[in-house]
Amino acid sequence: MKSQSRSTLVRSLALHGALIPLAIIWLFPLWMMFVFATMPDYGIFSPQIELLPSTHFLENFSNLQADTDFIRALMISIGVAIVYTVLSVLLTSMAGWALARYLFVGKSLVIAIILGTITLPYFVVVIPQFIMVAREFKMANTWIALIVPPLFNSLGVLFMRQAFSMMPAELFDAARVEGVKEWQIFLRIALPLARPTMAALAIILFLASWNNYLWPLLINSRPGMLTAPVALGTLIGLTKVSWGGIMAGAVMLTAPILIIFILLQRHFIAGIAAGAIK
Amino acid sequence: MQLRNRAAYGFLAPYLMIFAAFWIWPIISSFLMSFQNTRVNPWVFSFGANWGRLFNDPAFYNALKNTMIILIIQVPVMITLATVMAVLLNSPLLRARGLFRFAFFAPIVVGEVAYAAVFRLMFNLDFGVINKLLNSVGIASISWFADAPAAMALLIIAVTWRWAGYNAILILAGLQSIPGDVYEAATLDRVGKARQFIYITLPLLKPIILFCVILSIIGSMQLFTEPFLITNRGGPGGGTETLGLFLYRQGFTSLNFGYASAIAYTMAALAILISLLNLWVGRDEK
Repeated sequence: MKSQSRSTLVRSLALHGALIPLAIIWLFPLWMMFVFATMPDYGIFSPQIELLPSTHFLENFSNLQADTDFIRALMISIGVAIVYTVLSVLLTSMAGWALARYLFVGKSLVIAIILGTITLPYFVVVIPQFIMVAREFKMANTWIALIVPPLFNSLGVLFMRQAFSMMPAELFDAARVEGVKEWQIFLRIALPLARPTMAALAIILFLASWNNYLWPLLINSRPGMLTAPVALGTLIGLTKVSWGGIMAGAVMLTAPILIIFILLQRHFIAGIAAGAIK
Repeated sequence: MQLRNRAAYGFLAPYLMIFAAFWIWPIISSFLMSFQNTRVNPWVFSFGANWGRLFNDPAFYNALKNTMIILIIQVPVMITLATVMAVLLNSPLLRARGLFRFAFFAPIVVGEVAYAAVFRLMFNLDFGVINKLLNSVGIASISWFADAPAAMALLIIAVTWRWAGYNAILILAGLQSIPGDVYEAATLDRVGKARQFIYITLPLLKPIILFCVILSIIGSMQLFTEPFLITNRGGPGGGTETLGLFLYRQGFTSLNFGYASAIAYTMAALAILISLLNLWVGRDEK
């Protein structure tokens, strides 16, 4: 008995001995992001190793605001992410419901097309998307251009379909017998039951929109219509720019999402893990 | 189930319209464009304008080589690390589990631009904290941005930092789905922990690890933002230009959409090919 508890202790020490350094390495870039954001530029470029935060965050942020209208960019990013998330959850829920609960002509074809094209690289579609939105519809630098094209995501459809198909059929059949219309069954019975799945999906979609870089970079290039990641990205290549300011912007982009992540870690992880278990 | 075409298409219509316009049509359109000369107005059909050029373009082979080097090194390193993270996080002996989970999973939510900025500062030649730490243990500064192999290493480090936790979540979910009595039986038969891991855990995890490998291949094949922002448009001198960056340059800087479409389809074909190869290597022998 005694030797067993000793071997448990040794294994526990080895476990933590491996994990603690790994965790420190993994946290280091995040920690440095916050440190840099609070340092004056002369601190960032000093020859000493500076690992502790300073007090210049607001100063850095006002330098950033002088380089680019970052507050406006943040507002655009927040607006786009909210509208995109609501629309996308609604569209994918409706489609997932139809695919899970109805028998209809062409069903297997629709499912086959979604599954067959889901892993194609985004670069295959981004060029025609750009030509369509910017050249044919002349809608570059608009909110619609930022929000509508990314709504195609099919992972959400499969995610919602999974949730709806696990609900007992009697629930809906009973309502049908009483003459409840299909859209009411969907809205009043199915959607409330799918709330946890919708929450997990909404978090993933919000995050994707908030961090989206390539599409907004291509389609919205006019100052004043930039999203926050694009506005920040344009500064990174420049020479005469406040690096403390850039890092303050990076923190503004990261901190809200990190807080949401800490509060809703379970939903986040459920949403990601669900991608694997189909 | 009763046939309900009206209701079904009513619910599907809004999504299907978006899906057709912004996913299916572009897939077809870029395929057609790859056979068109888009440098003349109006565009004309020309079988070899893009595909013929592609296979003779040294810039394409450079981007292909860089992408393949990153893929071949980064994917195995990251998946191994993710497996280690998942196994350690799953240990019943672990204390402060939430803290460790946060450390490994937090990078997933950090945006590409934010982390690109931090990595650029951390790895700066003269005042970057990484070189200062290297100097303090007697290692000379590495010029992470001016030296092509070092710049490639930097991209691999950055991508691994961001995505290892994502794969660890998937592998952890796989670990937790293995029933505990399998291990109890093995322990009763006096099979050691290390052998349990090799003969029970790894074989049962194989499907999920294969899934992670394929997801990572598709992801690394499309690497764009990291070489765009961290190594400054694929620098030094194209030393880290990936296929994604090469496509961006052709499509959106030179506005040669046909050529860019041919590059996109080459990426898709390579991703599918390498994934199939992996499935074949990882198949169950019967």
